[in-house]
Amino acid sequence: MQLARDSSGPAVLVEGLTKSFGDVHALRGIDLAVPRGTVLGVLGPNGAGKTTAVRILTTLLRPDKGRALVEGRDVVREPAAVRREIGLSGQSAAIQEELTGRENLEIVGRLFHLSWPQARVRAVELLEQFDLTDAADRHAKNYSGGMQRRLDLAASLVGHPHVLFLDEPTTGLDPRSRLGMWDIIKALVEGGTTLLLTTQYLDEADELADQIVVIDHGLVIASGTADELKSRVGGDVLEFIVPDRDRISDAVTAVGRVGESEPHADKDTGVVTVGVGGRGSDALIDAVRSLDAASVQTKGLALRRPSLDDVFLALTGHAAEEEEQEARSSGRRGRRGTAKPAAGPGAGKRAVTDGQTDPEAGS
Amino acid sequence: MTAVTAVPARSPDDPGVLDRARWAISDTLTITRRNLLVWTRVPAYLVFTVIQPVMFVLLFRYVFGGAISVPGHIHYVNFLMPGIIAQTAAFATFGTAIALAQELKKGVIDRLRSMPMARSAVLAGRLVADTGRMLVTILIVVGVGYAVDFRFSNGAFNAILMVVLATVFGLAICLISAFTGLAIGDEESVQAFGLIWLFPLTFLSSAFVPISSMPGWLQAFANNQPVTYVVNTMRSLALGGPIASNFWKAAIWLVGIFVVFSPLAVRAYKRAS
Repeated sequence: MQLARDSSGPAVLVEGLTKSFGDVHALRGIDLAVPRGTVLGVLGPNGAGKTTAVRILTTLLRPDKGRALVEGRDVVREPAAVRREIGLSGQSAAIQEELTGRENLEIVGRLFHLSWPQARVRAVELLEQFDLTDAADRHAKNYSGGMQRRLDLAASLVGHPHVLFLDEPTTGLDPRSRLGMWDIIKALVEGGTTLLLTTQYLDEADELADQIVVIDHGLVIASGTADELKSRVGGDVLEFIVPDRDRISDAVTAVGRVGESEPHADKDTGVVTVGVGGRGSDALIDAVRSLDAASVQTKGLALRRPSLDDVFLALTGHAAEEEEQEARSSGRRGRRGTAKPAAGPGAGKRAVTDGQTDPEAGS
Repeated sequence: MTAVTAVPARSPDDPGVLDRARWAISDTLTITRRNLLVWTRVPAYLVFTVIQPVMFVLLFRYVFGGAISVPGHIHYVNFLMPGIIAQTAAFATFGTAIALAQELKKGVIDRLRSMPMARSAVLAGRLVADTGRMLVTILIVVGVGYAVDFRFSNGAFNAILMVVLATVFGLAICLISAFTGLAIGDEESVQAFGLIWLFPLTFLSSAFVPISSMPGWLQAFANNQPVTYVVNTMRSLALGGPIASNFWKAAIWLVGIFVVFSPLAVRAYKRAS
């Protein structure tokens, strides 16, 4: 009765979604909407809750609270209907390595209830589309990482899904495979597929997504187009490298006077960034003088438009990669709901948000 | 209350009961086919399912066998073979647990669960394929047994019944292994855990030695555990002798395992992530 399908709404609609694993709050009430035929980039560091959201939307996990609709179908009440609308490609290549690329696709086709001849035709089409024809009859074990990922993506498209979920589709790929994957994804979107893409690469969201939501610690902390998010940084960014790591703090002091915001320094790479607002080239000149006066050597001093990295820094007070390393070192690898709290989504939070406003504090 | 009004409202593109049943069978066969294909391509699986049991036969026949005296006038190899066949069936389910744990870890099960296929097919296809694999292994071990002087002496029909019982026993153990594979979800832990329960279960039984040769406290366990009942029944089927009492106890154990572990395995699959 109330399950009538709403085909005029967005392809994906999420309202107040929460999910906890024990005392780890993976999602703490997120809202999302993906209009048909568009790409939503869900951006956040490892452990932010991206994968949990995708798993709920693809019916693999039940939310604690809130509502999620895919093509107007409720993921909890009508999971079978949702599964007919979606394709999922996860963080690792979910293919059977002992089988050939062709066999993998044919079997998925059979499980989508195509006849054998139909399944064969569909496999050939997809192998062609994903540039795997030459490797079609080799065992997938012998594929490169990029090829395995392409095969996995191809498998998620066998059933002609209306909505595609890609969970970190380029994580672990080399730069060239990554660009190839971007081209494939763009072509899919041109074909009218609605796409929800999670990524921890800020340039990836910038490149592929129409709309971006930034998730951190299970909450949406910002949303908008890439340009809107960048404008949050407030103008241009001055960036340079300090080759002598011991001089980084001197450099930060020197440019602290010319910036509009607190400079940020990455101790490992020696990269220093500082927002300079609309002062552009004046700030550049000031910075050069100031660094010269402090006799700090720099490399690659330049003024640039803000990247989503800068956005992340401005929104959370820490860079995405820093937290990623934190999360990794605290052992977040398993995606299992039964994982120990310390290893679950959100691990590493305390260390990173030290001194920042902690939305959980006091609640 | 009334059957007429209880018909649930379905949207037009929902499959009916018949379609669903047909798909459940077709999906199970597809998964079975996939699993068997994988099995033929991994040399290690062939080693575990064929070479290892053959080595056990030779080991007990020619190395330990001489030191083990068995009651009555039967030759040790005739005593041994039903036991080793049961053990072979049980050990074959290591593969079940390991394969499910691997699929879970690699995200294959996630992929399958996000597809509009029958929910039951992944487990059912796994059990069908592994039972088929187990049957092949059992027949190979019987053949090797014949090569080292084992003989069925209770008629062809009872010999076939023995193989059937071994397969049903293997299927029951397979369910337990499927549950452990899905519940533990890590290949190496699953393997270690398999050793912990399958080794004692098969060796502390009547499979390899007469239980009367064990110390009393061990006899208490060995006399009352399912492998002993199954092996004793198999031995009677193969060689002749009273069957009824052991058969009923074996049957109750096997039914009990199916009743307890089927829902557990299904639940572990549904929750697996």
